[in-house]
Amino acid sequence: MALLTVETLTLATADTVLVEDLSFTIAPGERFGLIGESGSGKSLTSLAVTGLLPRAITPSGRIVLDGTEVIGASERALGALRGRAVATVFQEPLTALDPLMPLGRQIAGPVRRRLKRTGEASAAAVTAEVRKLTDQVRLPDPERLLGAYPHEVSGGQRQRVAIAMALACRPKLLIADEPTTALDVTTQAEIVTLLLDLVRDEGIALLFISHDLGVVGQVAERVMVMRNGRAVESGPAGQVLTAPRDDYTRSLVAAARRFDDALEGRP
Amino acid sequence: MSAVTRSRPRSNPVHWLGYGLVGIVVLFGVVSFFWTPYALSDMAGGRLEPPSAAHWAGTDRLGRDLFTQLMIGARIALVVGCGAVLIGGVIGIVTGVLAAFATRVADDALAAVFDILIAFPTLLIAMLVVAAREEASLGTAILALGIGLSPIVGRITRILTKRVLSKDYITAARVSGTGWGSIVFWHVLPNIAPFLGVNLALQFGLAVMAEASLSYLGLGAPPPNASWGRMLQEAQGTVYTAPWGALLPGLALFALVIGINLLADGLRDRFDPQRRDG
Repeated sequence: MALLTVETLTLATADTVLVEDLSFTIAPGERFGLIGESGSGKSLTSLAVTGLLPRAITPSGRIVLDGTEVIGASERALGALRGRAVATVFQEPLTALDPLMPLGRQIAGPVRRRLKRTGEASAAAVTAEVRKLTDQVRLPDPERLLGAYPHEVSGGQRQRVAIAMALACRPKLLIADEPTTALDVTTQAEIVTLLLDLVRDEGIALLFISHDLGVVGQVAERVMVMRNGRAVESGPAGQVLTAPRDDYTRSLVAAARRFDDALEGRP
Repeated sequence: MSAVTRSRPRSNPVHWLGYGLVGIVVLFGVVSFFWTPYALSDMAGGRLEPPSAAHWAGTDRLGRDLFTQLMIGARIALVVGCGAVLIGGVIGIVTGVLAAFATRVADDALAAVFDILIAFPTLLIAMLVVAAREEASLGTAILALGIGLSPIVGRITRILTKRVLSKDYITAARVSGTGWGSIVFWHVLPNIAPFLGVNLALQFGLAVMAEASLSYLGLGAPPPNASWGRMLQEAQGTVYTAPWGALLPGLALFALVIGINLLADGLRDRFDPQRRDG
């Protein structure tokens, strides 16, 4: 049974349709890539999955996440679902972390909530779990960084903390919304490798959203390409990215190839 | 990789002036509970004596010691300021946060109420409350000023809260299943606190001024409370023959309000970690 089922999802404001007739499924442990340029509706789709759409946007269609209907669910039901079934890593870790809270306390928040659900949320248990998570995300010098504020550490370190916070929920689905876009290239590669290792080790399904074909190709098993709120092509990553059938996908792949060629100095 | 820097806040001499001025007023206010040079009702001095070794700030036209009155006035200014900011702060923060979380219609309605109440002069609201309570007392003055300040605090709380709620870290917290209660206490309040704290300190200054005005009008704390405002009022008839009677409470008021404003600046620099390294 699929972990996430999205069926004929349409998102609209009073006068514009932003996402139209979108359908896809993600199986437990599967890595799914959502590709598209800015404004194609990828991020809105991810917000719809977690039930966090802005009030002005009305969803229709069906979203079933881990057996729960998301559209039309009560805030209480969604709250439980968010902690348990899904977690999100955002594009810009500087704004996704509370600027006035030390990093260690930010990781401890979701850890404590999860431990409370299972029973024992003693201070020692929370601290131990936080340390385990910082090891998992390979945060250097945790002693020092856990006491630091977000603006005091580097972008890559911030994103590692954000990933640790997402993992702290032990989600079944991890949504990564352009998690590397705000980082420099070498850090990007580290974060992608880290995410990939983590979801593989923990058996977490991944919804990876990006406009970067190269990164998506590296991460996802199946991909879907979106344009202007509609799906234009979907299929296994290898097939879509090497032998695209749709014109738009073909132009994206060609552009990416030209870019790579230019980087490597080929004519 | 940037190093973790936690430089100590640079001490700014202007802020120290603020701490100093407020400290002196607090010191006199606290000491006045235990000791004053004379009893407040002691009319043994000569009338309108200038400052001397016996009467450090001179005497009023009933022969009472003005330094004693200044000390008790400091106590009253602080009690009124703290009380009014506490009442106005609680009402304002609660309604402001509720407005920011409310549905569109309720939010617009509350915002309109704040704006209408702000358009009323604080002093007028205070006078209405005093009139409704049918007696002028210290408690009435505090309540009146607290209610008068609350819409200002409410409006700024609403705006600050909305700004914080639109941040990614709130979305991130919600995605990870944080309840609204925790979001308010762990994310919203700490993030609005530096700005709100500065504003509350400014409101403290306004409350002290407004209390002086109420007392000047005879609507503040009744005798035997010696408010600075009432000292000004009593001295106005003799301002040409005994200027110190009006000058000293005026200066005291000025020093406290300036001191509070500088202190607010200093506190903001100290408690906002993003400004620490700047």
